[in-house]
This record gives sequence, structure tokens and C-alpha cells, in this order.
Amino acid sequence: MGIDLSAEAAPRRRTTVRGPSDEPVVLTVNGTEHAVNLEPRVSLLDALRDRLALTGSKKGCDQGTCGACTVWVDGRRVLACLTLAITCEGRQVTTIEGLTTDGELHPMQRAFIEHDAFQCGYCTPGQIMSAVALIEEGNAGTDQDIAEFMSGNLCRCAAYPGIRAAIRDVRDARAPEPGATGDGG
Amino acid sequence: MSGAVGRPVDRVDGHAKVTGGARYTAEIALPGLAYAAIVGAGVPSGRVVTIDAAPARAASGVLAVLTHENLPKVAARPRLLPSLLGAPAPGQSFFPMQDEVVHYFGQPVAVVVAESHEQAQYAASLVEVAYARTPSVTTIDEGRGGAYEAERLFGGLMPGREERGDAETALAEAEVRLDLSYRFAANNHNTLEPPATTAVWEEGRLTLYDSTMGIRASQLTVAQLLGLPLSDVRVVTHFVGGGFGAKAMTWPHVTLAAMAARHVGRPVRLALTRPQTYTSHGHREEQEHELSLGATRDGRVTALRHHKLSITSPFDDWAEPATGVSSQLYACDHYQGVHRLIRGNTMTPTFTRGPGETVGVFVLETAMDELAHELGIDPVELRLRNRAATDPRGNPWSSDGLADCLRLGAERFGWHGRDPGTRARRDGDWLIGTGMAAAAYPVAFFMPAQRARARVYEDGGAVVQAGTQEFGTGMLTVATQVAADALGLPMEAVRFEAGDTDLPNTSAAVGSAGSGMVSAAVHAAATALRDQLVALAVADRGSPLYGADPAAVNVREGRMLLRDRPETGEAYGELMRRNRLADAEATGSWSPPPLDTPHGLLTFGAQFAEVAVDPELGLVRVRRMLGVFAPGRVLNPKLARSQLTGGMLWGLGQALLEGNRMDPRHGRWGAANLGEYLVAVNADVPEITAEFVEVADDVVPLGIKGVGEIGQVGAAAAIANAVFHATGRRIRELPLAAELVMDPPGTPA
Amino acid sequence: MRPLAYARVSTVEEAVETVTAAPGSAFLAGGTTEVDLIRLGIARPGLLVDINDLPLTGVEDLPGGGLLIGALARMSDVARAPEVAGRYPGVSRALLLGASQQLRNMASMGGNLCQRVRCAYFRDGLSPCNKREPGTGCSALDGLNRGHAILGTSEHCIATHPSDVAVALAAFDAVVRTSGPGGARRIPIDDFYLLPGDTPERENPLAHGELITAIELPPAGIARRSIYLKFRDRESYEFALVSVCAALSVRDGIVAEARLALGGVGTKPWRARHAEARLTGAPATAESYAAAAAAELAGAAVRRHNAFKVELARRAIVRGLTLAARGGAR
Repeated sequence: MGIDLSAEAAPRRRTTVRGPSDEPVVLTVNGTEHAVNLEPRVSLLDALRDRLALTGSKKGCDQGTCGACTVWVDGRRVLACLTLAITCEGRQVTTIEGLTTDGELHPMQRAFIEHDAFQCGYCTPGQIMSAVALIEEGNAGTDQDIAEFMSGNLCRCAAYPGIRAAIRDVRDARAPEPGATGDGG
Repeated sequence: MSGAVGRPVDRVDGHAKVTGGARYTAEIALPGLAYAAIVGAGVPSGRVVTIDAAPARAASGVLAVLTHENLPKVAARPRLLPSLLGAPAPGQSFFPMQDEVVHYFGQPVAVVVAESHEQAQYAASLVEVAYARTPSVTTIDEGRGGAYEAERLFGGLMPGREERGDAETALAEAEVRLDLSYRFAANNHNTLEPPATTAVWEEGRLTLYDSTMGIRASQLTVAQLLGLPLSDVRVVTHFVGGGFGAKAMTWPHVTLAAMAARHVGRPVRLALTRPQTYTSHGHREEQEHELSLGATRDGRVTALRHHKLSITSPFDDWAEPATGVSSQLYACDHYQGVHRLIRGNTMTPTFTRGPGETVGVFVLETAMDELAHELGIDPVELRLRNRAATDPRGNPWSSDGLADCLRLGAERFGWHGRDPGTRARRDGDWLIGTGMAAAAYPVAFFMPAQRARARVYEDGGAVVQAGTQEFGTGMLTVATQVAADALGLPMEAVRFEAGDTDLPNTSAAVGSAGSGMVSAAVHAAATALRDQLVALAVADRGSPLYGADPAAVNVREGRMLLRDRPETGEAYGELMRRNRLADAEATGSWSPPPLDTPHGLLTFGAQFAEVAVDPELGLVRVRRMLGVFAPGRVLNPKLARSQLTGGMLWGLGQALLEGNRMDPRHGRWGAANLGEYLVAVNADVPEITAEFVEVADDVVPLGIKGVGEIGQVGAAAAIANAVFHATGRRIRELPLAAELVMDPPGTPA
Repeated sequence: MRPLAYARVSTVEEAVETVTAAPGSAFLAGGTTEVDLIRLGIARPGLLVDINDLPLTGVEDLPGGGLLIGALARMSDVARAPEVAGRYPGVSRALLLGASQQLRNMASMGGNLCQRVRCAYFRDGLSPCNKREPGTGCSALDGLNRGHAILGTSEHCIATHPSDVAVALAAFDAVVRTSGPGGARRIPIDDFYLLPGDTPERENPLAHGELITAIELPPAGIARRSIYLKFRDRESYEFALVSVCAALSVRDGIVAEARLALGGVGTKPWRARHAEARLTGAPATAESYAAAAAAELAGAAVRRHNAFKVELARRAIVRGLTLAARGGAR
């Protein structure tokens, strides 16, 4: 998409003002559409946790400083606490609950268990959503990159070394050795 | 096949935690749930003159606004006692909203209840409170003149002073003497899950879902505050998002949630906001230490005088006891430890990981590093030379291991051949240094009897229960391992259930005592059940084991077998079906040894660190950390390592990042969020190793001394000693901020 | 959080009209500052106008080698855009060293320019603060001011400007394009940021309803070897104690052209023009760098806890210029 300032770019329409009381909003979460009534001030995080009973996304700060609420919107990792739910209409939201397919754990989830990459578990869904996105972004090349690009997810139990080890495992399992054949995992 | 205990098995709750399926307290969905929000006092001292709750009451969705004018009075004011004791354990003896007086910033002055979280939070912002402010004291500097010596600490459990020999005279006569002063900023726990409570009343009985390290403490405290029989208060917790001491005591918001729910006649959830966590439970207090150390020229410590000055609340004499290690770790005939306090306008401080000793050991172990440097003795050798063979009363250690930790650590770290000279290694802009510290932490034994229950079903599955809780220590996993081995079942056949005060009673899992005491109770229950079934078998004419000596029977994979003839035996289920038993059940309990057990009780370790310091910019980055620990029996090395390295990284944060200061003019914390209170992020954390030294201990439960605190103790000292080695600058203040570390202008490279 | 009305708009004109018509309204882009401040009760709009559907996300070439960055381009996308990383590596690096990847995925470039200060007294909603409530006084002056500014301060406000990328943009004379009720205009970045002076509540010259549409980066060959260094307590996910964007063009050992801007120490992204003037024509040596740093910092005003920042900034500038002279490789 470019930068388009012309007023003609879209047909003029009457701007619809919604709220401040409850508005019908359709949220697409983990591929499922949910029709809910929400005030525009409701964050995506509160909508997920309190309205949709998807409590895997955690509230650690509600201020954008801890990363426990990390989810994907249109495939990018973002903070659900600083996202208003109503802005997600027409977008695809993915939470930790959507990472498991048919009850099968995502390789990152398995790697977190194997490397004991958590203790209390509260930051874990956010860590995992970040970790999977990290590899997709291509930011998991080196240990230093992993550490830097995972620094938006605090872990007060300080399971960071295990988190890095889990990410390395999944990254390496995905990228076949140079010259290797096979299905590529 | 060997048993489950001692194996690095994965967490049994791992699946729940990685899928988002684990439910934490603020995630309990209940029909009719309402949401509460606390309004905290905007001044640190004074009184509420007026509260205008009308705008809040008029806001949409608001069900009630509670203030001191309409909140019922509490039935009692329980004494402040550590939750491990198994008595009511309020975090502070003061309960808010009983009158108009304000003692600290953030003290609850109103609670708003509304239909939704957003409505409650917004309405809370509409409550208009007018205060008459009075002068406040929130820093040591403001209150120094009023300092007094604490007679007793920990709610009266411990003396404030510890003395043997004549430290003054010994110091005066010492060949070498160091007189050192230290300053420590306050620390905040910042559990990633803010504390939360959901309260439900049904027919006069209260169920509390509480984010706590001790459901029993919540039950006892709330029951007493509300004047309820214990049988009418049930506390449930499934998962807790971190404890670290923040949730070791029962703070006022828990009871306020119950009172709010009773007022509106609906279930109420009260989840603290992140900023409120700084003023809703205690913290590690701002403190200053003075250490005087006397020694001989050949490095024998002859005298120690260790004084701590810290700030407490207006209501409680609370100081983290900081001399439990400095009084015992080294053989030294003359010792004086004193805790002095200042009354200030803060909450009562509270347990924070490695309470007291993690600061006290920082002082002792950086001082030992200074002594080593002064005398030209290797720091490891200096520790070995002074290590105490017994406790100060002459009792043998229940188990030791310090020397082995020091030696193994030195070897693994590559300590030998270290150039003791400072500013000796450089890597580009960075100066490289290494440092070490001894570590020790007291083993606490003042809990009451701990209980558990075990049940085996005829299909061979087992449920084992204890009223403990899972907040990251791996309690669910290790208890499952212990139960499986004691019952002779595979782990998969055993489900360990916890988190409910209706289950057999245990104390709060604090002070590194949790896994030991709960495992011991679980072991007792499971063993009792196995013995019961074996006894049934050997008395049962239908059993292949009929007439056998019970002591000759083993249980493996759910089958009772003759040790000498393993082909002879039968499964639990066969025995039970034949005897028309759908299940079998036993309880077990464990009681601690007497408080005057003739043993020294410390857990030992050794910490090593390598740092890089940019001396121009004052930046410190830790390159590697190694800890070696002797925590007795290790139930699960994978989980124990996680907890130990987590503790070591708390030491990293304590050394380099974590500190909070009061703004004395406003009487409130300078940092009240995770953007300003800095905890370590992934990029701060090096690769890190925790190793074990095996020590057998038959005094502590199942030989377990615990791994919750020892990982942190000494880690900050090792880092600070490494910073000294790198830069030649000795900083006796934490955290080691850039402005303290950077070379003053004109420093030669 | 206070009740909010919400509207989603699809053209710049509609956005400008909608906000202009509603006095208590504000644009909503990434929301990373806006939603946070509304929740804290510091920002109090009654209507949020969601501009995320506007077609302002591109990074395009300008004649002569400059770039036009759409106001709604996200920080993470701009950071890895090849044109940005290739022609303005200091800008790319500044973006990557700001916030976290999640926040960079959300935050727009225009929003970044408008982010509010992180002063705890501003954010707490309780303390006297001239920025939040003009005339009440500045709590930071005699309070906990370790993180506060030493350059561009006034007796009314010493809050540090938090942006990293704005520092790099300042170094390369970026121009902020806006569209507002009065039409379109171009504002040089140095004029976009206002010193606190007597009116700390006013941080930029945007009128109500005026929307940032794009950021121009003029052609600057020198920027190809620019660097951005950020120093902070924590290794990541923290605002700067001091940051340096620098680019040097050195011929025969003499500085032909210099660009230098500082973050973490100024009340606005701090273009170090005194230092640049001192450097131009001077030998490319540590002594020159130190003299340039001293010239820039001569006007520093320190408070109780931030005095160390003068020496820290001096050393950081020398470090940054030394690295820039070597060609920018880290």
C-alpha cells in the first residue's frame, strides 16, 4: 500500500460514531467469529478474558510493559492490553488457545515443556506467542537476536535461558541442515 | 526401573501452562460476577476529611461504593505472624477503612463495585476524597533521628539482637579491621500476576479464590477478621502467577473482596492493578547496613559487628532478619548483630525472596572480598579458612557441603589462576572481572504438623491431596513424584491435587520450606496407604502374599511383590476387588523436629560470576553465572535447577537493576510500574549454570532443605565483587547504577 | 477507563473533518501511548477516531534519494525496509532499539512522533505537573529526577522526550507532513518539537484535527554511514539514559560534515548543532569529539539526581562520533 492523500481514494461516506455504551462487535478469534456487545473502551485483552472466556492471554500490567498479553492480530504479535477490541473488527486475532491444533501441541509448546521454560506459567502464553512470531519474523537467527527480540516479554521467574533454548530447538527443527533432504519437518 | 524421585521429569502442569488452560485467580468465571476496584489514599499521612462518592455511585454499572463510613468493622486485629507458623497471618496488623486515618499512600479508602471491570475502574477514579495531610516519614534519611532498636522481629518470633563474645573489644584488638557502610534501595516483588481475590458467599459461607502462597493463611486470617468459623471459610487457588513473598501473607485486599461481595450479595473479583501492587502488599524495605570486621593478618575472622537500619510501618516492628547467616557462616567468637528500625508511613514491609539474608549476605560476602583483597588471599581460600564446622552453639550442621560447593564451583568456573589485580582484563570498551561469594540460608522449622491424604482406586489409579498451592515451584510435580514412589505406582497413575483448604492442611509454602514439608506429609500418607494394603494382603488367605512378612514386600508398578521372589505377588486392584474395596485411603502427617534440635540449620552454596563493565558509561553486563548448591535431596533436578537459576537471576536484578525510592515530599514510590521498576529482561540474562553437591541430611524432612531462596543468596555479592575486580571500584550500594559504576573524570584507563 | 465513543474513518479528509468537528476527540493509530494514557486518566478524549484504515503505510522514494515514510507505517516495518536500513541505518537502528517488537508492530511512525513523556509525575495523575495541569508546578525539579533532561529544560518542565527514532529523524532534517483543517503543511522536525519554556503542556504545533500524514527524509549521503547508540540500565526494553545518532563525513582526516543528535537528555529530540559546528572543519580526533561534546553540553542544566548525565552524554558523544568516523560498523 502506498501513501494516498486524495480524498477520492475512497467514496465519501457518513462517519459512524459508535459508543460510548455497548456496541455489537464481531471479533474473529482463532478462526471463530464471536458476536459480542462491547463498549468501545474495552481492551482486546479484557474482551478475550472476561467476555470470551479465553483467559490464556494474561494481564500482567495493563500498561504495555510486560508482554504477558501478547497475541497476534493479522499474524503480527501485538499487546492486547493496548489494543481496543473494537479496532479488531475485520481482523484475525490469534491467541494461545488457537496455537494448538486438534489437541496437538505446537512444537514451541512442547519445547517450552521440555526445557522447563517457565515456572509459575503466567508469562508463558505471551512468551510462546512471541516466540512463534519471532521465528516467523526471521528474528531468531542468533542467541543475541533471540534475547533482544524476546525482551518485550518479562518473566519474573527468570526462565529466560530455558526460553531461549526452546526457541533454538524449534528454529533448528524447522530449518533443515544445508544440503539435507527430506520433508523439511 | 528406578523411581520418579530424583529424575528430571517434566512438570505435570506443563500442558496446562503452555496452552493457556491453567486458570489463575482473576480468571475464575462465575455467574453474576461483579468487579471491585480499590481507591487508594492520595496522601501518605493524615486523615480523610470528606469522601464524595456520589459521582461514582451515579456512574453506569456501579453497585456499591464502600468507605470507612459504611464498611463494617472487622471482628479482630490478628497479630502479624509469619504464615509458615500456621496462625492467622495478616501482612500487617493494621486493617484499613475502619476510620478516617491515613497511614500510608495507597491505603484503601474506598472500594467500588460495578458490573464490569471497566465500570469499576472508571467509577473508582470518580470518588472524590479530601484529605487533611499531616507530616510523613517515608525514607531513612527523614526518620534517622527517631531510630530505635527492635526488641523482637517477625511478629515477636525472633530477637532483634544476637550477641556472643565481645565484638567491641575484639574489633579494637584486631590486626586488620574493616568498617563498612552499605545502602540498599527498596525492592518490589512484581509477581507477573498481580494479586487477585474472588469472593463468593453462599448461605453465610465464604469461598475465596485467592492468589496466595498459603491458602491456609488466607483462610485463618479472613476468618478471624470477619469473625467466621473456620469451617465456613474455604480458600481455593488453582494456579498462582508467582509469589516471591508477595503472596506469603494475607493482605487487606483479600478481606476487602469478601466484605464487598457480602455487601452486594454477589460474587466479587478484586484484582489489583499493577500500580496498586506497590501499595497493597509489603516490599523489601529500604535499608542501611554497617559491618565491622576484625581479622588476623593471615585471614582469620575474629570479630563481626553487623547492624541493620531499616524503615517499617507505623504499626509493626518488621525488619527482614538479616543476621541469620552473618552470625553463623564463619567461625568467629565475637559477634554482634542488631536490627534498628524507623517508623515510617509505608505498609509493613514483608518477605521478599531470600528475605533479609540475601541483603545480609551481600554485606558479609562483599566485605569478605574486601578482606581478601586487603590481605592478598584468594577469596575462595579465605572462605575455606573461615568456614564454621559447627553452628555457634557448637551443634553440628544437619548437613554441610559449603567446602565442596566452593571447591567444585571454583573448578567448574575456572577460578584457579585468576589474576587478583583489578582492571587487568579488557575486551574492547569493556573491562572484564570475576567474583565469587559463599551462600547460605537458614532452614526454617517453625511450622505445625503438615498433613496429606492418599487414595488408591481399584483400577490402580491414585489421588493424593494436600492443601498446598502451585506458584511455580513445581509443587504439583514433586508431590506427584514422591507419592508415586511411596505408593509404588508410575507417575502417570497418580494425580496430586492441591489448592483447596478443604484438603488436608499444610502451611504456606514459604521460606524454602514448601517442597520439603509437603513432600514429607505426602510421603507419610502414601506410605501409610501402601502399608495398609500390604497388611491387608499378607492377612488375606486369597492373596499370593498371604502370611508373608510385610517388610519383605515391595510395591512396583502397582504390584505388591515379595522382594526375594518378585514373581509372587498381586496388584493393588486384585486385592481390593477381592475384598470388595472400591478404594483405599490413608492420611499421613509430618511434624518438624523440635525448635531446639541440636543441629545447625543452614543450606549452603557458592556463587561465581563474570561481568563486563563499560567503565566510561557505567554499564555492567553479566557474562556468565555459576552456582553450586547443597540443598539436600533434590526431588527433581530439572525443576530445582529452574528455581535455583531463577533465584540467581533475581540476584542479578538485585545487583544491577532493582531499586525503588520514595519521593519524600509526596510520600510515595518513585516507580510504580514495570516500565520504571526495572526487572531483568531476556537480553540481560547470560547463560547460567546451577550444579548440586549431594549432602545427606536426616534432620530435615526427607532430606530436603529447599531451593527457593538459596539461589539468590550471594549472587548479587558475586556480581558486585566481579565489578570490583573489573574496575577497582568498590560500590557499597544497590543497585549498581551507572552513575555509581562509571569512572569519575580523570580516571586512568 | 473513561467511556469512549469510537469511529473508524477511511480517508484523510474524513479523519480530519471528524476530529475537527468534535472538540474532545483524538486520532487513534497504534494506540500504544494513547490507550495507556486514557487508562491512566491523563488523556481524556471522548471520541477516538481510528485512522488505521487510511492508506498511509508505505515507504516511498523521493527524488534525489530521500524517502517518504507514511505516518501509519509501523515502526517494525520501517526498521526493516531496505531503503531505510540502507540509506538511513541510524534511523533503522533507532527504531529497533525502541520499545519491544510487539510495540513496534503496533506503533505508527506518526504516533511515535506524538508520544508523550514518561515522567512519573506526569503519568501519576496526582503530582503537580505543568504539562498535565498548567500552573501547578513541576514535581520533577526537586523530586526523583534521575531520568530527566539536562538540555532544553525550563523552570516549568524537565521531562525527557522519550522517542528514539525522532532523534535520528532530527539528525537528518526530517520534515513532518500534515493535513489539517487549514490544509496541508510541512513542518521541519526541529520546529515540530517545542521546548517546554512557559508552555510545557504544548509539545508540538499540531492544531486540533491536524493529522500527520507522512515523514520526509531528505536526501543525505552522509546518513548512509550513520549510527545510533543507546545506553540504558537494562539491555533492552527501556528508555535511554542517553542515546546518540551520529554521522561523519571525513576527508583527509578533517571532518567535512557532521550530524549529531541526542536522546535521553533533552526535552526534545536534541539536534546537537553546537557540536556539529565545532566539528565541521576540525580534525577527526577524539580531542575534537570531546570539544564538540563539551560545546553542546555547556548549556546543560542539572538537577539533584541527573547530574551524572552530563559526563555520561559527553562520553557517549565521543563514543558515537568515534564509531561514526570509522564508518558506522558496530
